[in-house]
Amino acid sequence: MIRLVEAPFEPGALLAEFSAGRSETGAIVSFTGLARAEAGGVEALELEAYPGFTDTAIAEMAEQARARFDLQDVMVVHRVGRIAPGEAIVFVATAAAHRRAAFEAADQLMDYLKSRAPFWKKSHGRGGARWIEPRAQDYEDAARWDERA
Amino acid sequence: MTRVLLFGPLRDLAGWRERALDPAPASLSALRALLSAEDPALGEALARPGVQAAIDKALVRGDAALPADAEVAFLPPMSGG
Repeated sequence: MIRLVEAPFEPGALLAEFSAGRSETGAIVSFTGLARAEAGGVEALELEAYPGFTDTAIAEMAEQARARFDLQDVMVVHRVGRIAPGEAIVFVATAAAHRRAAFEAADQLMDYLKSRAPFWKKSHGRGGARWIEPRAQDYEDAARWDERA
Repeated sequence: MTRVLLFGPLRDLAGWRERALDPAPASLSALRALLSAEDPALGEALARPGVQAAIDKALVRGDAALPADAEVAFLPPMSGG
């Protein structure tokens, strides 16, 4: 399930929702990404998505991870709009029969989201506003998972 | 009519996020030429490597004809989540 949401969300509630009623799932891994204050340098992040395009791209990433790691289920919840430091930006959960697949799928999905998801991120802070691009490390992290042709 | 959408830094540069063009340009290159004639800085930014175009939410490479009532989005390099 893929959701883009404007309002803050509670990761614990999402994990409870995702975990409920599973009798054949041996492992659930969840990841929550929070907005950092950068020692007071960031007052807010502004995240722009293209509705109908961004969610489709994320659904494709989730489907890729589901197929590769034989997942039973995937959940991705991503904030858009203005996000304050300390608030959750992204929540990813994976469900599988065994833990290794769930861990690796969550790791791959986050690496893809961080570098390839169609979002445009602006940081508002003391020095004004600036658009952010992925770090070189983010691209390298994502490339680890690319399957060789 | 063609709907044009700009994202990220392109929107700041142009000073608008969405516009409707009527009559509709026949192709993506005609649309680029039109926008560039009005705002050369935007035209230049749209031509930069890494700026992708999507027609009706599907990425296109190179030039393409614009269907009636197309939605064209210009997508600068993505920030990721």
